[in-house]
Amino acid sequence: MSELVRLDHVSKRFGRAPTLGERAGALIGRPPRPRVVHAVADVSLSIQRGEALGLVGESGCGKSTLGRVVAGVHAPSAGAATIDGAPVMKGGRKIVTRVQMVFQDPFASLDPRMRVGETIAEGPLAHGLTTRSEAARFSADWLARVGLDPAYASRFPHQFSGGQRQRVAIARALAMNPDVLVCDEPVASLDVSIQAQIINLFLALRRDLGLTMLFISHDLSVVRHLCDRVAIMYLGRIVEIGPGEAIYRHARHPYTQALLASSPKLRLSEEEAVFAPIAGELPSPLAPPSGCSFRTRCPLARAICAAEVPALRPVAATRAACHFAEETGP
Amino acid sequence: MRSGEALRRFWREFARNRVAVAALVVVAAIILLAAFAPLVTPQNPYDMASLSLRDARRPPGYVGTGGYMHWLGTDAQGRDLFSAILYGLRISLEMGLVAGAVALAIGASLGASAAFVGGRVESFLMRLVDLQLSFPAILLAFVLAALLGQGKTQLVLALVAAQYAYFARTAHGAASAERSKDYVEAALSTPLSPMRVVFRHILPNCLPPLLVVATVQVASAISLEATLSFLGVGLPPSEPSLGMLIANGFQYMMSGRTWISMYPGVALITLIIAINLIGDQIRDQLNPRLRR
Amino acid sequence: MTRVLEVEDLATHFFTADGVVKAVDGVSFTLERGKVLGLVGESGSGKSVTGLSLIRLIDPPGRIVRGAVRLEGRDLVALPVEALRRLRGSRIAMVFQDPSMALNPVLTVGRQMELALRASERVSAREARARSVAALERVGIPDAARRLDAYPHEFSGGMRQRVAIAIALLRDPAVIIADEPTTALDVSIQAQILSEMRGLAREAGVAMIWISHDLATVSQMADDIAVMYAGKLVESGRVTQVLVDPRHPYTRGLLDSLPSQARHGEPLRQVPGGTPSLLDLPPGCPFAPRCARVGPECVVDPPTVEQEGRRWRCWRPLGGARA
Repeated sequence: MSELVRLDHVSKRFGRAPTLGERAGALIGRPPRPRVVHAVADVSLSIQRGEALGLVGESGCGKSTLGRVVAGVHAPSAGAATIDGAPVMKGGRKIVTRVQMVFQDPFASLDPRMRVGETIAEGPLAHGLTTRSEAARFSADWLARVGLDPAYASRFPHQFSGGQRQRVAIARALAMNPDVLVCDEPVASLDVSIQAQIINLFLALRRDLGLTMLFISHDLSVVRHLCDRVAIMYLGRIVEIGPGEAIYRHARHPYTQALLASSPKLRLSEEEAVFAPIAGELPSPLAPPSGCSFRTRCPLARAICAAEVPALRPVAATRAACHFAEETGP
Repeated sequence: MRSGEALRRFWREFARNRVAVAALVVVAAIILLAAFAPLVTPQNPYDMASLSLRDARRPPGYVGTGGYMHWLGTDAQGRDLFSAILYGLRISLEMGLVAGAVALAIGASLGASAAFVGGRVESFLMRLVDLQLSFPAILLAFVLAALLGQGKTQLVLALVAAQYAYFARTAHGAASAERSKDYVEAALSTPLSPMRVVFRHILPNCLPPLLVVATVQVASAISLEATLSFLGVGLPPSEPSLGMLIANGFQYMMSGRTWISMYPGVALITLIIAINLIGDQIRDQLNPRLRR
Repeated sequence: MTRVLEVEDLATHFFTADGVVKAVDGVSFTLERGKVLGLVGESGSGKSVTGLSLIRLIDPPGRIVRGAVRLEGRDLVALPVEALRRLRGSRIAMVFQDPSMALNPVLTVGRQMELALRASERVSAREARARSVAALERVGIPDAARRLDAYPHEFSGGMRQRVAIAIALLRDPAVIIADEPTTALDVSIQAQILSEMRGLAREAGVAMIWISHDLATVSQMADDIAVMYAGKLVESGRVTQVLVDPRHPYTRGLLDSLPSQARHGEPLRQVPGGTPSLLDLPPGCPFAPRCARVGPECVVDPPTVEQEGRRWRCWRPLGGARA
């Protein structure tokens, strides 16, 4: 297995330069409040060819932003994202077509005023993957591949159901013939029974097309089902990464363990369910705690946790970013 | 546009407002009459040779030297007022629609592009637009028309320059909202060129508010043109527009020959009000529905 | 075991320009003191409309067309509006998915709670404040007395939802209807809310209706479960009974759709097709077009079969039972 996607110390900051008023205020001794969100902080990652990597975390953890950096929607503020060594973006513009993205809300990700067939063929036409005369057949083929009636090509997005729209979005992404597919919560807004259909579609397409995938979700059970390796993110950093089953059975980072414990599981026995919430609140991304950002909610927190950001290091079957990962084992 | 279904639903709701439908009928009638003016009118008011000073300043109902009835009377040059009004409406509509269309194209492109590019360029462009919006359109149009001289093209230029800012501002607002939507990001990350994304994806989705502004601005352009002609700049006196007719007849208002100014005035007001009523209804309908 | 809420053949229809949408079509269930009933379904199943119908929060073109909702013996559907208003909030309260629906952004939390209390009871300002502090503490908000003077936007999402729950609890209602209260929250916060709410049911005896599409959460929270499809209640019973040994093929289909119930990498046993449009329901069983067990008798809507405390509507049920 060779490395296909590589992220090298990628950081992504969102914020705006201080306004004129704020700069004036700074001169008279009233410094402006911080307005920079470190959505992604120093993430290094590699995805092997043909692999499905799951990216899991709660809101504000930066998983969507990281996905967008890989897909070429955002340019990193620091570090580099490359596919087979070639940078995804240059000068703020995306320059490769090898990576494509499927977004969470299928209605928002399709142009409401364009027919679905045109949407699917637009990118390929612009990049020479099909010709004007072939475009109709091209779209029809892709619609069939994702399980939709090819006659639907002349319809508009609002004429489809949520699950169908997501199939169109998947067709659009795959029509560009990518090697890498970034999926940002692709089933989160779908009903459970439709979710199963789309998950099966991903399984089949991945097998048939040999796709490499970055699958972003907050739903641990979906990620566990689809992915080979899983990375857990918290406040912009990867806190643990490893093979799927190792994460679910032998997690070592306190956050991963807490996340797994507090996730709802189907109760099939008479025993009352035990709720194991994580103490405390999620810190604001505008003011993350110093050192390890999980320390404000971690039962193992000690002095060093506030002073030093822990690095990802191998612990048992996974790599975890915790100073005391040895103590979290069974 | 969406499939025919949405259009039919739009029409059904539009038809519920009787006033708007009446306005639509009036505008349609005016457009038809103006379009077929040469066939409908007994006289070509621009043909100086067909005029006779003996027909000047005659009241409505007068039968003139040409042998036909002047339904609305004649003006100071002997023109049949009915013919002159229809030809004048022609010019009004032409100026209004052309200026409106060009201003829409330029203004919307500018506003949407500024919203897309962002940063200093956006700030700079929109500040220019704001600056312009703080001046009365008539002032701007008047100065430009006076500078550029007489003629249809010059007048259109003046009107466009005075009006593009309204479109730019509306387009900027709508485009800013669309810019952050997923389908724009999806298009950009295909990747598709920014120009294609702005003109093929963002702008078409900004059409509803632009459409409303367009109807208002067409009415405004018509009114502006009439005002400019009234003030003596814009079109040459040989092709009198409604404004000029009103201006020429003004001196006779006090002496009882009111029809020379009044009928062109009524025609102008009718057209402007009707267009505004249509625009109002469109605006109400395209608003996010509050009633259910 | 006192019956706090009895719902009998409730039906709510929406009379739209495109036709009649039978959002809820004949739903019956009972709720006992201190118990949690999970109302489960996908979009279009009618679960949310059922919740809203219970306290008559249905706006035109919707209307409750038949049925009874007996809260502690009184039929809410037949009650005049004034009497209903007195009961709403005091005996039966609702918590919504988006807490902003309950929280006025320009009022402090304390002021809102005070207004809610004094709207129908004669309470002094001091007593109102004391009760508000108690309510906030009950839902686990630290430093409650000080937080009373904060505005909703100063709370995080999870906290806001707790405040909304506290407001619902202010007058010690007998029943709380919770419509997807934790769907929009992160998993770690969700667990906190779930734990608080189940504690309320167990300790304070508040009966709850927990409306959700998430089977796992419902299974953890609820004692009984009711599954809805296209406006009808297709199966109900104790949670463990229904989820371990479902009778209705749709319930089985929902369970099969869960990745947690399948082996890694294996295709899930999916339910084909999509939820039907309520404007265009086929005659007979609404699930028939998607059902693997469909037969000739399914063109007739199956009646509710009751057996050992469980109910289902199917001509060809799964499991050991006969139709």
